[in-house]
Amino acid sequence: MNLNKNNQSVNILVVDDELSVRDSLTKWFKEDGYRANAAADANEALKKLKPGAWDIIFLDIKLPGMDGMELQQRIKSIDPNATIIMITAYASVDTAVKSLKEGAYDYVTKPVDPDYLSHLVANVIKQRRLLSENIQLKERIQELYEIDQIIGENPAMLKVFDLIKTVAPMDTTVMIKGESGTGKELIARAIHSNSPRRFFPIITVNCGGLTEGLTESEFFGHEKGAFTGALYRRKGKFEMANGGTIFLDEVGNIDPKAQTDLLRVIETKQFTRVGGDEIIKVDFRLICATNRDLELAVKEGKFREDLYYRLNVFSISIPPLRERRSDIPLLCNHFLKNFAASMNKPQTRFSPEAIKQLETYDWPGNIREMKNAIERAIVVAKGSSITVDDLPLPPSLKAVPEDQSLGAVEKAHVKNVLEQMGWNITRSAEMLGIDRATLYHKIEKYNLRK
Amino acid sequence: MLPLHFPDNNLLGALSSTLEEIFKLPVTILQKPFPLEQGKDPVRNQYNSTWILSQLLRQIPDESSKILGVTSLDLYIPVLTFVFGEAQLEGKAAVISSYRLRDELYGLPKNPEKLKERLEKEAVHELGHTFGLIHCREPGCVMYSVTYAEEIDFKSKNFCNACSILLESKKKIHPEG
Repeated sequence: MNLNKNNQSVNILVVDDELSVRDSLTKWFKEDGYRANAAADANEALKKLKPGAWDIIFLDIKLPGMDGMELQQRIKSIDPNATIIMITAYASVDTAVKSLKEGAYDYVTKPVDPDYLSHLVANVIKQRRLLSENIQLKERIQELYEIDQIIGENPAMLKVFDLIKTVAPMDTTVMIKGESGTGKELIARAIHSNSPRRFFPIITVNCGGLTEGLTESEFFGHEKGAFTGALYRRKGKFEMANGGTIFLDEVGNIDPKAQTDLLRVIETKQFTRVGGDEIIKVDFRLICATNRDLELAVKEGKFREDLYYRLNVFSISIPPLRERRSDIPLLCNHFLKNFAASMNKPQTRFSPEAIKQLETYDWPGNIREMKNAIERAIVVAKGSSITVDDLPLPPSLKAVPEDQSLGAVEKAHVKNVLEQMGWNITRSAEMLGIDRATLYHKIEKYNLRK
Repeated sequence: MLPLHFPDNNLLGALSSTLEEIFKLPVTILQKPFPLEQGKDPVRNQYNSTWILSQLLRQIPDESSKILGVTSLDLYIPVLTFVFGEAQLEGKAAVISSYRLRDELYGLPKNPEKLKERLEKEAVHELGHTFGLIHCREPGCVMYSVTYAEEIDFKSKNFCNACSILLESKKKIHPEG
């Protein structure tokens, strides 16, 4: 149901055993532009019921077989959101009050004053519209908090937050640069959520996943029959983003033809659907992201220079996690709290050794890798805290000693290499950059055993 | 147009001219009223407009595509306390009543001009339904829905632009009407 549109989106069901009541009420509602239908008894009404099918149900208290009160219960169990208004030929206050206690919105006594009925229906629609708007607004407020979902106290991240706040209210094209897993989409959403376009959609296109040749259709949509398999007209992502923001993730991966198309739509803010000739004008803000070195791609002739300058108007670089290690405990505890709560697990902290390992690890997959590692650790953890053994980190890291002296680190490193090479002395020595005799000497010195 | 217990011929004549002007279709006043007693509810002392519509359909001449009953009696449909009129949505018959349009019913002095205007607006409104038009949200449009006689005075006897376009398209689909 979309109550923001006209009356035709409001569905009304009249359940009454009197033909004249059914006919006259449905006709009266249809003249008002509502979609109205009727049922003569409970069985017919139940056949027509499914969640969301009816916005308002007028229900006669006195029905043959199952009475209106019982049917009211059944309706509430099938579609709790439907608004029920009881109809009674008898001004029985007791029954009416009982029905109200059971969740009916109101009741009318036949014959009903047309003005009263008209206002009653208008009020129900107004209330349902407000309820629907309330839900939508709550969802939007949630989106507005997204900037708070980006966690970090490291100076590099504080600079990123400042850049978001600076650029969000403007309509400037933003290029977000960062390694895979650094949270580029979260940054894009934060910019959108804090921009005047926040009440319109943000549409994400993962350019890395686009098949060459279908990019145009994905961007601009297609008309029915535009190509084999185009059975229906389809809106493209730019059309869907009208009024809002389009986020092109991994923009460096688009093919040369799509680069030309993209440049044209950025410059003209208009396009035609594939197989169509209607010019569609769109109003969008562009945010894109890349984990590739686009300047290099331009130099190598793989990315259009003019497009690059169009996209790289305002650039935000997100540092990899290894360059903001001070944020690691904060992030780990955030994910631990969230996952433990959603999985109903008792773990509330990391052991000191575990935290040390998490801080030491380089996190090549960045926050995405960390999030997955912590989720997995919570699944396998048995005790009240997450230990080193619960973490799915590479074995080399698990041997990081408490003792951080050079000797202790060397001992741990030599042991790790030996284990990785299956105690093959020649290969281990090659990897360590020492000769075999020196390696034997170190094995002896540190008392290492298979 | 068929008068049913409607003694004011001058008013009928004026109504006929207005309808011709607005719908751009010829209007004929029939002179064969049918007895209404069967449609009367003695307890409510009102006449069932749905029953009148069914009787009007039997009276419709071959050369006409719509029939409008005009009465001075009080009309009702069973679920409502009263109606100013009733019509078949995208059908052939409509009926209107002058009973609740009269100022004197509300303790005010007689106002024949106001009655004429209200009757014209109700006639155009109900006939609009027979052409498939539904209620309009434009307060000045004749298809705006009202439940009080005074509210009728706030709207015009003409269709708004959107309803006019819709009416013309409906007339093209059914050129006979």
